[in-house]
Amino acid sequence: MSAPPAPGVVRLEYRNVTMRFAQRGGGALTAVRAVSFCVRDGEVVSLIGPSGCGKSTLLAIGAGLAAPSEGTAFVDGERVAGPNAHVAFMLQKDLLLPWRTVAENVMFGVEIQRLPPAERRQRAERLLEQFDLAEFSTHYPHQLSGGMRQRVALARTLAVDPHVLLLDEPFSAVDAQTRIVLQRDLARTLAAAQKTALLITHDLLEAVTLSDRVLVMSRRPGAIVDEMNIDMPARADPIARRAVPRVNDYVARLMDRLDIAHAALERESAGGAA
Amino acid sequence: MSAAPAPLLRKGAALSAALLALFLAAWQWGPGLFGIPAFIVPPLSTVGGEFAHAFAVDHLLLHTGVTIAEVMAGFVLGSLLGAVVGYLLGMSALAELALSPYILALQIAPKVAFAPLFILWMGFTVYPKILVAILIVFFPVMVNVLTAVRHVDRDLINLARSFKATRAQIFWKVEFPASLPPMFAGLRIGATLAVVGVVVGELVGGNVGLGYLLSFGEGQADTPLVFVSIVMLTLVGGIAYLAVILIERRVLHYLPARSAGENI
Repeated sequence: MSAPPAPGVVRLEYRNVTMRFAQRGGGALTAVRAVSFCVRDGEVVSLIGPSGCGKSTLLAIGAGLAAPSEGTAFVDGERVAGPNAHVAFMLQKDLLLPWRTVAENVMFGVEIQRLPPAERRQRAERLLEQFDLAEFSTHYPHQLSGGMRQRVALARTLAVDPHVLLLDEPFSAVDAQTRIVLQRDLARTLAAAQKTALLITHDLLEAVTLSDRVLVMSRRPGAIVDEMNIDMPARADPIARRAVPRVNDYVARLMDRLDIAHAALERESAGGAA
Repeated sequence: MSAAPAPLLRKGAALSAALLALFLAAWQWGPGLFGIPAFIVPPLSTVGGEFAHAFAVDHLLLHTGVTIAEVMAGFVLGSLLGAVVGYLLGMSALAELALSPYILALQIAPKVAFAPLFILWMGFTVYPKILVAILIVFFPVMVNVLTAVRHVDRDLINLARSFKATRAQIFWKVEFPASLPPMFAGLRIGATLAVVGVVVGELVGGNVGLGYLLSFGEGQADTPLVFVSIVMLTLVGGIAYLAVILIERRVLHYLPARSAGENI
């Protein structure tokens, strides 16, 4: 069941997390270096940084899919030692199972967690209703548009009623207009359910309009180099936030912190390799 | 098939029927026209007459029935074995590494060459024929299942893991269904290969089955009987293939409609 809202309580914490990967031919590659931060209950925090700075590694550590080389991740004050029922993640890929209908895909997580069938169906129905997908519940994924598939993936993520959502560029594969709608749906849902979320994104405007706070990571080995509170109202309405002039100041500051102009030059000279 | 527009589909069917008529006509009158003797290529009507004769005198139905039974037994057992081994190897990288040289060697060895050996072991029974079919069906199914299990998206498995799925849940809810489309591709190949395996077994030894009828006809210089046997074998193979396609359509109903002819 849903955690009672408890403002101020730390839901997700990374304490001095370092991640190294063994490299071919010996040696180790440090992907993430001494990262510490926490996300409080009901907070939405975005993580931005150049490609390959270890953002997705942090997400995998939070989800319990990878163990850090050093340091610890905590969810609800408990050390993350493996996959954890309080955390759910969503990726750029929708990861829908093509042999399951939309409703069956939404029920995938709760089915694995062996909830009673009636409860599973009830949750799927409620979420599909909420995301305007009710009439597609018996469709198969290939019959849906990219935006709809991503909404189904979000419904599947929420169906397990996680305390913490880990979102890894969830909307980067859909077109710009669909993305705005999906961002609005996500923001509303997170606010209404008072969920805690860590959002990885490349889209600075998305980071600013959806979050309470933005963390900036450096190039590899990734470390947190800046933290910015987004001091704006209406976090549940990113479309309204887009119209606030201050958004541009935040985006400009983030661009500055990321050294984007410099990085772009460098990437060009590297032949576009990310 | 449903992806092709209806007019194109109708034209294709009409053309197919015309080609069949042309072929049958060439078979009937071609040999006479070119002076080919009937013991080399018997005309259609002679083969047709032979059908009735084989039916009445040579127990054509019995031979066909035995061959069908052997094909079915070999196909089902070979597919099951291939699938099980494919899943086991797919889940254990160590087992695959250890066994891959032997599997490759067995795959390169022409399976039909084992037929005489199996007959030495098991005599003129149905078992050596079934065994050749098992061996020949095993590989395409095993290789396809193995490759499919290896290529399941890691993120899909991580998604299941993040919901705290057990190993069995990951297999039954992700890996197994994901492996079905490639497995059916292997089964289609296996269905036609099973007939080859059984026929070779029957040719080598025994006194029943269409392969036996084939070599019996050859021994009697009864060319029409040889033709009858070939036609029946083609029919058996065709029915086996069709059966797999029909099951595949039911099982993989969730896949987007395929374009014309892709299934055949």
